[in-house]
Amino acid sequence: MNHDTYPDNYIREILSGVKSIAMVGASPVNVRPSYFAFKYLAQRGYDMIPVNPGHVGKSLLGKPFVASLLDIGRPIDMVDIFRNSSHIMPVVDEALKLAPPPKVIWMQLGARDDLAAERAEAAGLKVVMNRCPKIEYGRLSSEISWMGVNSRTLSSKRAPMPTHGMRLSLNRTSLSGGETHAADSAAKNKNGLT
Amino acid sequence: MTDRFPGFSTLAVHAGAQPDPTTGARVTPIYQTTSFVFNDADHAASLFGLQTFGHIYSRIGNPTNAVLEERVAALEGGTAALATASGHAAQVVVFQMLLQPGDEFIAARKLYGGSINQFNHAFKSFGWNVVWADPDDIGSFERAVTPHTKAIFIESIANPGGSITDIEAIAAIARKAGVPLIVDNTLATPYLIRPIDHGADIVVHSLTKFLGGHGNSLGGVIVDAGTFEWSKDNKYPMLSEPRPEYHGIRIQETFGNFAFAIACRMLGLRDLGPALSPFNAFMILTGIETLPLRMQKHCENAKAIAEWLLAHPAVASVNYAGLPGDKYNNLARKYAPRGAGAVFTFSLKGGYEAGVNLVSNLKLFSHLANVGDTRSLVIHPASTTHSQLDDAAKIKSGAAPDVVRLSIGIEDKEDLIADLEQALSA
Repeated sequence: MNHDTYPDNYIREILSGVKSIAMVGASPVNVRPSYFAFKYLAQRGYDMIPVNPGHVGKSLLGKPFVASLLDIGRPIDMVDIFRNSSHIMPVVDEALKLAPPPKVIWMQLGARDDLAAERAEAAGLKVVMNRCPKIEYGRLSSEISWMGVNSRTLSSKRAPMPTHGMRLSLNRTSLSGGETHAADSAAKNKNGLT
Repeated sequence: MTDRFPGFSTLAVHAGAQPDPTTGARVTPIYQTTSFVFNDADHAASLFGLQTFGHIYSRIGNPTNAVLEERVAALEGGTAALATASGHAAQVVVFQMLLQPGDEFIAARKLYGGSINQFNHAFKSFGWNVVWADPDDIGSFERAVTPHTKAIFIESIANPGGSITDIEAIAAIARKAGVPLIVDNTLATPYLIRPIDHGADIVVHSLTKFLGGHGNSLGGVIVDAGTFEWSKDNKYPMLSEPRPEYHGIRIQETFGNFAFAIACRMLGLRDLGPALSPFNAFMILTGIETLPLRMQKHCENAKAIAEWLLAHPAVASVNYAGLPGDKYNNLARKYAPRGAGAVFTFSLKGGYEAGVNLVSNLKLFSHLANVGDTRSLVIHPASTTHSQLDDAAKIKSGAAPDVVRLSIGIEDKEDLIADLEQALSA
């Protein structure tokens, strides 16, 4: 799998399919990106589990922290890793020990470990790296468009007003060949210049 | 479901817009409101903390403006955009994000006279120091780079002479210097040139011109290409460092490849205040729907009139990059194969006085200080848009005393030629 750009359909299927998400590195500090993403995904109806050994005994938006993926005690669909690239591999190894294993390993914006991705893919998991599920969900639903972000989707259908806990339709027409990052191709064009 | 590749004209009509969620209105409504109610205290806090999507106050964002922003971002191939009250406001916001007092930026000498003025005077008073370079001498950009350089600024098609800038060559210099390339794409519009495809990191527009296209509404926009890495050193603290006004959020870390557009909105527009009126956004959106059709006609008319002027005995020279043999024709064929735009200059053998007479004798062309209208426009830059420059600077910027600038509209070209004919022989 090419991990520089992802077809919109790949991301769309993942975000439409998963129901439970364990967020490794979730922070209770409300200015951290992990807090933003956790809160948004919970509002959009995902079953969120905060994983952070430093906060066991506390809760994040009503969900108790667990120390590791192995402590969750029930099947989960996706592991969203909010750690630096150098800390990805142990989390993936732990995820692969789960029975049943999760369906998706997602590494946050800025995080990428190709070796860990290969290992997860070899075990039949889907992998997304260097993306934010909040941004991708907001983009594919066009909810992100309020702040002038190019959702790169089109729709002539009337959308319902989002309410708390509501899952939004991600089935809009994709632009730019349906790849998630216009910027990636733009960056590539740039690097190709002499 | 198959992902398709919608064309430019489809994007010009649809991008960013969808039927109104509450009423089903198909055309984007004018949300003429200052503020938006919160669901509860937590919702309000989440919005103020940038944690959730939604509107607070129209100085920061507005649903009509958001459609315009997404549409221009889509047409330019950027990750996000921010609308402002004018093109000049867009430039103030962009540079506020990039420069600290004492910093420098390099700008092409061939620019809209208003930008030359803004950079030379208003920006100097902020401690932002412009260093001029010559777009006809690419090396002059490289030689102007210093440790204080924070950005490079050019126009894709330069006002007033309609010359074409070698965007890729200057993008390579910006990349080497580790600074973003800002391109003012007003005269080209994304229909003729998409600067991001050629290495631009930020695109700005006066929407007042061809994008709005009807001479009825001021507006500006900033497009984030999503290509620049803002946090690789501490050169751009507005994007890379914790922001005290948002409890320590780092903008790039949080918003990834549309961080610049968010910084412009949450730090620039919010604090400086030049928000676009939703009514103007609506007018400009309506204009953009026909951008491809209008640009085709503008360019077709401009080329015909440039050719006609070139053959006229009273005309000394015509500067239109769309003419074979023009100094910029090779660059025009590379960067703007669909047409070299509709703003160009020519000079008359009779000099300054003949230029003044021509302007006063024209009956269909309007004598005013704008470009990119459906109507054909004429102006004498040396006595108006570029009048604040000294004579040497006028010549360097393409506004010599004998030069007349035309902005060709979408009327019948035969009528425009007839008007020029009668004015030249009057």
